[in-house]
Amino acid sequence: MSVIYLLITISIIIAIGFFIAFITAVKTGQYDDDYTPSVRMLFDDELMKSPKKVTQLEEIEEKEQDK
Amino acid sequence: MDTQNCFHCGLDIIKEDEIIFDAKSFCCNGCKTVYEIFSLNDMSCYYDFEKSPGATPQDIKGKYDFLDNESIVSKLLEFEENSTAIISLNIPHIHCSSCIWILENLQRLQKGISTSQVNFPEKKVRITYNPEIVTIKSIVYLLSSIGYEPYISLENYETGDNKVDRTLTYKLGVAFFCFGNVMLLSFPEYFEVKEYWLDQYRGFFRWLIFALAMPSFFYSASGYYVSAYKSIKTKMLNIDIPIALGIMVMFVRSAFDIIMDYGSGFFDSLTGLIFFMLLGKMFQIKTYSFLSFERDFKSYFPIAITKIKADSSEESVPIYEVEKGDRLLIRNQELIPVDGILISEQAEIDYSFVTGEAVAIAKKSGDKVFAGGKQIGKVIEMEVLHSVSQSYLTQLWSNDVFQKNVEQKHKTITDSISRYFTPILLLIAFSSFGYWIFIDANIAFNVFTAVLIVACPCALALTAPFTFGNVLRIMGKQKFYLKNALVIEQLAKVDTIVFDKTGTITTNKKSNISYEGDELSDENLLLIKNVLRASNHPLSRMLYDYLPLPILENKSTSNAKKMKVDYFEEIVGKGIKSQIFGYHILIGSAAFVEKIENSNLQQTSVHIKIDEVYYGKFIFNNQYRDGLEELFNVLSKQYKIKVLSGDNEGERSVLEELLPKGTELVFNQKPEQKLEFIKNLQDSGSNVMMVGDGLNDAGALAQSNVGISISENVNVFSPACDAILDATEFKKLNYFLNFSKNSITTIKMSFALSLLYNVVGLSFAVTGNLLPLVAAIIMPLSTITIVSFVTVMSSYYSKKK
Repeated sequence: MSVIYLLITISIIIAIGFFIAFITAVKTGQYDDDYTPSVRMLFDDELMKSPKKVTQLEEIEEKEQDK
Repeated sequence: MDTQNCFHCGLDIIKEDEIIFDAKSFCCNGCKTVYEIFSLNDMSCYYDFEKSPGATPQDIKGKYDFLDNESIVSKLLEFEENSTAIISLNIPHIHCSSCIWILENLQRLQKGISTSQVNFPEKKVRITYNPEIVTIKSIVYLLSSIGYEPYISLENYETGDNKVDRTLTYKLGVAFFCFGNVMLLSFPEYFEVKEYWLDQYRGFFRWLIFALAMPSFFYSASGYYVSAYKSIKTKMLNIDIPIALGIMVMFVRSAFDIIMDYGSGFFDSLTGLIFFMLLGKMFQIKTYSFLSFERDFKSYFPIAITKIKADSSEESVPIYEVEKGDRLLIRNQELIPVDGILISEQAEIDYSFVTGEAVAIAKKSGDKVFAGGKQIGKVIEMEVLHSVSQSYLTQLWSNDVFQKNVEQKHKTITDSISRYFTPILLLIAFSSFGYWIFIDANIAFNVFTAVLIVACPCALALTAPFTFGNVLRIMGKQKFYLKNALVIEQLAKVDTIVFDKTGTITTNKKSNISYEGDELSDENLLLIKNVLRASNHPLSRMLYDYLPLPILENKSTSNAKKMKVDYFEEIVGKGIKSQIFGYHILIGSAAFVEKIENSNLQQTSVHIKIDEVYYGKFIFNNQYRDGLEELFNVLSKQYKIKVLSGDNEGERSVLEELLPKGTELVFNQKPEQKLEFIKNLQDSGSNVMMVGDGLNDAGALAQSNVGISISENVNVFSPACDAILDATEFKKLNYFLNFSKNSITTIKMSFALSLLYNVVGLSFAVTGNLLPLVAAIIMPLSTITIVSFVTVMSSYYSKKK
């Protein structure tokens, strides 16, 4: 049954690992602004938008308007 | 699409100024240009995230010339190396997701910018750029040209590396780590099953828990020990004393239990308690970081000023390097940073920043001009009399009241309760100890510690932070920004409200203009409007905006809407002399048009004379804020109301009619007198709330128990005060006052609730039955009930009108 020593030790080590990850995250300023990243992540698609796509979209819109 | 509003900035479009571009309508050229920049660079999805997110770019010619000066730039930079530099700029306009998107894609608009990152809560953008390719000046120009003009003031000087205080986040992280693991390891103890292997490893579990509780006890909770020690030193019993006492007794008793193998101790409750209390603290602190309340005159002063050197060349110098005898160049709308003597022939100086007077004062060559004034109109030259730190504004700010620590003005509600709580708690602990000592010394020791543990006022300590945190958040959403939680308590205690007149109960923006005299024909109105267009005087601007554009039947005249002014002369302090369309027009003061007027009439007016015929005058009345009358009527039932004004008595009769009877009106008050007035009220035992608009009553705002500043633009104008109220929400003042009162009631109710828990817990403790399991149930349970109770209650009260 002494395996429990091993298991608990492993679990504590993992927990400490996460704890260290948290500390480094705070240290590098990742917790200073907790709003902007939530908005920023939604932009990625817009950035990829090529000029071509825009014109395509406009064409579709124009066609719809013509109808 | 709504054609009434500008596609870019969302403002109403005046029909004849409308510009149609790319099938979208804009209110002005500036907005159109911004749209052009964006669409050329394929960035028009700026308009997809929010509807009309932009701002009209302002004319900034010459304003940022100081950015050519390398020594100033290096003070502004966060980091600088050969090909990389980082700068943080404060941009007040940041308000929506479109702003984030455009500012984070600056590299597509300007070569040399590698990345830019927005900090939305602080309204800042951090730009990394290559100084070899692009200068900071061109970045600022770019930002301004797309409507995101940065706000650079003396405050930004030497902000090199600003350290952020993250201690509380670390403490909270440590506390949570310890709490979670200790809880997990405590589970076997809760189900005291007599199983062989659980008994076998009990010691191991306990010692592990002991070890895990250490960082929480020694690091996370350290703030409470310091605060308790300080309060004992100053002989003021605050809530941190019983908390610190409870934590320490809990730790010693638990350590004792584990070492002597008596039991499992209370480490689970201990770590949980520390975690929840820190969480409450965090909740209260996290409000709105973009408003800085601790501003001083620095944030209003320009960072650099144009100096005229001996060889009459111009140079931008940092404001601290200005010396006596220097010659300075002040442009339109620039703040005069130091006292000095006017060298240019004449100047129009707007002292509303210092005195609250809206009308600019004319100065002649040789007159003294004081720091804090704003030049309106032409560029002027002045000679410096003092260096920056000695001037008038600095003196105003160095008044004693600004040095006073606000915390000491009031005792918090929690602290006043703990004054009774702590002695009673100690009394119960000792008397139960005294009782049990005769029966069983061992039990007596247990009971003594159990009482201190269970009575540890964690619920009590959580009440205020969670209620106030929630209230601060709700009020912030409604554009009433409080400096800290203490202000809520002070708001609830207010019994006298003092209002400043100019800019507070009147708006700065539009004056109510009325006309008196012979009727003016449409042609005449048109002529006047065209003359006024050329003038820069504030009254001219107001009148120009006010005058309707007459619709003329005669088409040829209406085509000449923008008629050419043949002759134009502005005589400072008097009026305008001009010739247009064959008419001689005089617009100006009574003396200027040679009209003899009763000098007792105290009003601001502009007289009109066309072709030697006197027509009449336009009278500028103050425009009072919407809902003022109702607000005063409601307020006067509960509070004593007084109105202070720096202006003359011209408005007395209007005010007396508008305001409820018994409102005291005091006129001709200088800033120092306002301060004195508040002080006298306080000496007679009143709790005074001062509602003012800005710097000129800054002294009074600081002196009062609660100083509220009304601001048209919360980002730019927020002097040292306890709260900032957005001008559009002015009529809600009564609601905010009631809300604060109700939140105090909420706190009192939850105090009662938490004391109830304490009574239950104590009855276990005194009888010697406090098992770790009971403690582990009671403590989190009371915490959770209290937190949810106060949150629900404060949200409920916020909805009540």
